[in-house]
Amino acid sequence: MTKPSPQALRAEALESLLTEKGLLSPAQVDEVIATYSERVGPMNGARLVARAWVDADFRQQLLTDATTIVNEYAFEGGQCEKLVVVENTPDVHNVVVCTLCSCYPWAVLGLPPKWYKEPAYRSRIVREPRQVLSEMGLDLADDVEIRVWDSSAEIRYMVLPMRPAGTALLSQTELEAVVTRDSMIGVAQLRDVEG
Amino acid sequence: MDGIHDLGGKDGYGRVDKTGEDNVFQARWEAVVFSMLAAGRATGAWRNSDRFRHAIERVNPHTYLAHGYYGRWLGGIETLLVEAGVVTQEEITERAVALGADPDDQIGARPRPDPDPVGEAPTDRGSRRPLKTSPGFVVGDAVMTVSEPVPGHTRLPAYARGKRGVITASHDGWVFPDSNAHGQGERPQALYTVCFDSETLWGSAGFTVSLDLFEPYLQRIEATS
Repeated sequence: MTKPSPQALRAEALESLLTEKGLLSPAQVDEVIATYSERVGPMNGARLVARAWVDADFRQQLLTDATTIVNEYAFEGGQCEKLVVVENTPDVHNVVVCTLCSCYPWAVLGLPPKWYKEPAYRSRIVREPRQVLSEMGLDLADDVEIRVWDSSAEIRYMVLPMRPAGTALLSQTELEAVVTRDSMIGVAQLRDVEG
Repeated sequence: MDGIHDLGGKDGYGRVDKTGEDNVFQARWEAVVFSMLAAGRATGAWRNSDRFRHAIERVNPHTYLAHGYYGRWLGGIETLLVEAGVVTQEEITERAVALGADPDDQIGARPRPDPDPVGEAPTDRGSRRPLKTSPGFVVGDAVMTVSEPVPGHTRLPAYARGKRGVITASHDGWVFPDSNAHGQGERPQALYTVCFDSETLWGSAGFTVSLDLFEPYLQRIEATS
């Protein structure tokens, strides 16, 4: 077994001190794990995307006032005091980052993936987005306009991805399963569904 | 502050590594640290997330990179708990060593002997606040961001300093992180989305970057034509 990292051991040390002082309990940790593993995650954002694909009025409201929608859905998780949803089209591709820390719309996308929080993504996506997206598997045509959103205040951003081909007969629930986390961050497009 | 955290546009970090991306937490200790955010704040050691973010900016820059996201959180939380007198670094280290840590391990936390005042409790939930005066800019205004570095907490990244952009959205009033992080009050400011052309930022065309910037970061550009 590899030795735990210095930060893992220090976290454990601080945990035991805070637990002794009655400031932290294992139950709180278990609750955090359950909340962000089971109830808060990209499946919540996927519900909004799938509904926007089938309901034009909802789509319009999502693009103009996503905050009201998120409040109505009452998703847990926080970090969506004001949510802005930006729409990908054949001509425009949006991608979201937080260069200063790792701000992310927890209530609709859950906690961010590891790479979103690391220096490679945070440093480069604002400077060479086309190359970074290509390295991540998304090759955009040269005439597609890229819009990068650096979450530098309390406003959070989510991308409304394009609906893939081959999904015309899918129900709204089936569409939710098509939507990926990466497509809502803007580092992927959704693949066409085989008929 | 021009710290290690201000990563936008920096070179040398290589390709994005998607290892571990499907795990919400890579290990239990990360969830422990996540839980400490609420538990620590409940002690009154800090009263707003701006102060917490600034504590992360203040961690040892070596560990900022080496200890990962929750390692940075741990450094920030320990900094604030020690500054508030809830725990001491000596007792944490003693216990970590008992658990198998090396006494010479680098520590992220950088508590100050003379920390900023904790400041008042938030005046309301969240960060939106009414403004006392009307916003100074409207959508469509051309603006120039301030060019001077700020020694404390700020949310204007270095790469967007001294750059010309256009206001594309106006978001009313929000708590001002630059004062709130230092216990100097919420001082609500108008917030705008400002869109910058990549040519302006980097000298290379082909994309835009939009940031949400507070009014004190912005100066008006008079029409020259």
